[in-house]
Amino acid sequence: MKVLMFGWEFPPHISGGLGTACYGLTRGLSTFEDMDILFVVPKTHGDEEPKRMELLGAENVAIDFSKLNTNRFKKLQVYSHLVPYTSPDEYYAFQEQSEESQIKHIKSRGKTFFNFTGKYGKNLMEEISDYSIVAYNIAQEHDFDIIHSHDWLTYPAGIVAKEATGKPLVIHVHATDFDRSGGNVNPDVFKIEKDGMEAADSIITVSNLTRDTVIHKYGISPEKVTTVYNAVEPLKLSDNIKKESKLDEKIVTFLGRITHQKGPTYFIEAAKKVLDKTDNVRFVMAGSGDMMEKMIRHAASLGITDKFYFTGFLKGDDVFKMFYQSDVYVMPSVSEPFGISPLEAMQTDVPTIISYQSGVAEVVKHALKVNYWDTDALANAIYGLITYPSMAKTFKEFGRKEVESLKWENSAANVRDVYFKTLEKTNN
Amino acid sequence: MKNICLYFQVHQPFRFKKYSFFDMGKEHYYYDDFLNESVMRKVAEKCYLPANNLLLKLIEQNKGEFKVTFSISGTALDQFELYAPEVLESFQKLAETGCVEFLAETYSHSLVSLHNKDLFKEEVKKHTKALKNLLGIKKPKVFRNTELIYSDMLGKDIFEMGFKGVLAEGAKHILGWKSPNYIYCNPLEPKLKLLLRNYNYSDDIAFRFSDTSWTEYPLTAKKFASWIASDENEESQIVNLFMDYETFGEHHNAATGIFDFLEHLPTAVLEEELKFITPSEAVSSLDTVSPMSMPYPTSWADEERDVSAWLGNEMQKEAFDKLYQLAPLIKKIDNKKLKRDWEYLQTSDAFYYMSTKWFTDGDVHTYFNPYPSAYDAFLNYMNILSDFSQEVHKLISPSNKKDDIIAELKEELKHKEKQLKEYQEIIKSL
Repeated sequence: MKVLMFGWEFPPHISGGLGTACYGLTRGLSTFEDMDILFVVPKTHGDEEPKRMELLGAENVAIDFSKLNTNRFKKLQVYSHLVPYTSPDEYYAFQEQSEESQIKHIKSRGKTFFNFTGKYGKNLMEEISDYSIVAYNIAQEHDFDIIHSHDWLTYPAGIVAKEATGKPLVIHVHATDFDRSGGNVNPDVFKIEKDGMEAADSIITVSNLTRDTVIHKYGISPEKVTTVYNAVEPLKLSDNIKKESKLDEKIVTFLGRITHQKGPTYFIEAAKKVLDKTDNVRFVMAGSGDMMEKMIRHAASLGITDKFYFTGFLKGDDVFKMFYQSDVYVMPSVSEPFGISPLEAMQTDVPTIISYQSGVAEVVKHALKVNYWDTDALANAIYGLITYPSMAKTFKEFGRKEVESLKWENSAANVRDVYFKTLEKTNN
Repeated sequence: MKNICLYFQVHQPFRFKKYSFFDMGKEHYYYDDFLNESVMRKVAEKCYLPANNLLLKLIEQNKGEFKVTFSISGTALDQFELYAPEVLESFQKLAETGCVEFLAETYSHSLVSLHNKDLFKEEVKKHTKALKNLLGIKKPKVFRNTELIYSDMLGKDIFEMGFKGVLAEGAKHILGWKSPNYIYCNPLEPKLKLLLRNYNYSDDIAFRFSDTSWTEYPLTAKKFASWIASDENEESQIVNLFMDYETFGEHHNAATGIFDFLEHLPTAVLEEELKFITPSEAVSSLDTVSPMSMPYPTSWADEERDVSAWLGNEMQKEAFDKLYQLAPLIKKIDNKKLKRDWEYLQTSDAFYYMSTKWFTDGDVHTYFNPYPSAYDAFLNYMNILSDFSQEVHKLISPSNKKDDIIAELKEELKHKEKQLKEYQEIIKSL
């Protein structure tokens, strides 16, 4: 089966869980003999891990095509400033980095070549529609059986490809605007999402939490929507990270974008409550985001900045370094469609507290779960984990095993099932 | 003639309320009264009261031929007094018939037997006393430990307490080819007789009765009695049917026909020329066939039939250790409230809720479990235990402030007197 997949960049260029998920899933699919994937991504840098897939740029289609026909996997890159997990209102973190990348990616326009240079955010809707024009060309030039689009920015591309070829469309909902905006949905984004869901022959959601959103908030028929949980890549780390020694004091860590969706406020408030009772603990908020300055002020107003640290954005190995320093990992997300990072924490033997409002809570048993708004319960859980040593031991014993059983191969197998069912459905 | 020993375990724990670390040092009442009362009322109405009434009726009808046996934990007795005195009354009525035997156990349905022999003995004494006060039971001859926990060494302790018999699990890995339907004895104390649970027959009633996918469904009393009558060889002495009393009306609700089954059981059994027997009768009338060694503690819980449901993971072990570290201090204090808390903190259910086994072992562990996970159960328990421990320590070393102040004042007085003398001498010399 040949799949045309509109996805997102691979490691090391990860700006969120979406790239990780796309990578894991594609790698998982590549273990099946009958899966051929043509992978289209916006903006590749050229140093991704190729593995069993090959990289192609939209502009390069004509040039590199013959060279890249050898493997079952192909990847098309389309120069675009689309970045995963963003909305027009939320591009704070990326604006700052965008100057350099703009220079890099400006290429001359050719007859069949597309080149997206609009300043990020301002012309987001134009970028999306340009991207779907490329999709149209790609769809016409290639042979495939099914189309798979990851998240809302690529839904229009998927729809166009479907219209051009009549092939069935599967869309993969990694998040909805309800998660990102905290309820204040952007009508333009909502429309694109709803159009995508309605045009799709099948919809894959990353959790039942998201499935419910798709069904109830977008009015989609439940039969069309299947949950396929994410997984986590087995951990491979260089030794120098593991050997770093810990401080005597306990470290409690929040790691993620500092945005409303991730619930940083609740973390700070719980920290205050714990610090009122005990002194032998420090809190770290790692990441960046539009709420960072507000959070710094909030921590200062509570008078806990001597015990509360902000690291800024962490990437690559620094993430795992942070995990190894941590005694507790907290993800108090207000609305998290899935949430892979608790799984990464569990891989590094860090006891984890997650909110019930996260998809990962449906899969993981060996984590403490609280409601994100219940800062008393969160503080109590943190206190317990840093006070009663056997709890962390038990988490280590069972948590690691549990995470190791969550394999991308299994997720990919479920996605493959959805492909076959969709083909069967559309052929009848 | 084969005998049937029908024994029911009656137990309810005092479940704790949600107790966060904010409460420590401020709040010293640990129980969820609403939950405890509502569970007790529910079980009383669905199980204890209708089942007791039925048993009473059956005992009267069968004129001494039908006999049953109970063990009721001290915490359950306490809860009857608090929330369902009519249940206590109906047990009193059952006790008066003379056809109902009550067994000894630990007062708080605890795991103390695995910790310390002396404390274990105290716990049993306390329970025996409660049985006497509330149900008028004279010293029971047969012992049943929490969830049938038993080993050779425990048997020795139990014999030392003066018991003639003890109930245990007929675990397959212990029995091997042997049948549970005989009287065995403890290898260290051959005078202590063992009654082993026949888990096949017991679970036919306790687990499979309402399972519609079971090939033998529906189970009738007649069919059940005929199985036992025709089973194995003629010589087997006793079939021990041990189960939770909540099997009737709670684990299987009335609509499954479980009460009809119970109602027809005596007639069906007696028609097959089988006989009902109580443990103390069995112990005094039946002879031992051989010793049975159980070197490690066994129980009737889960597939493993060991104590891993209560002490299987690190959290359970930490909680257990921290709890019994307080034991020597508890002896020294004389405070009714703290002594009561000490009992209720020992109840095995608290440890059962901390088990990580129920993630795989089905839903038996989740029965009446007030916690969403083992971790939450542990957290709550440890917070309560920390507060309790602080309270106990306060009483043990009442801050010796008064003494300190007096000592200080005395010191000062001495000093002043010394000064005074010096001054007097100076005055003299002038």
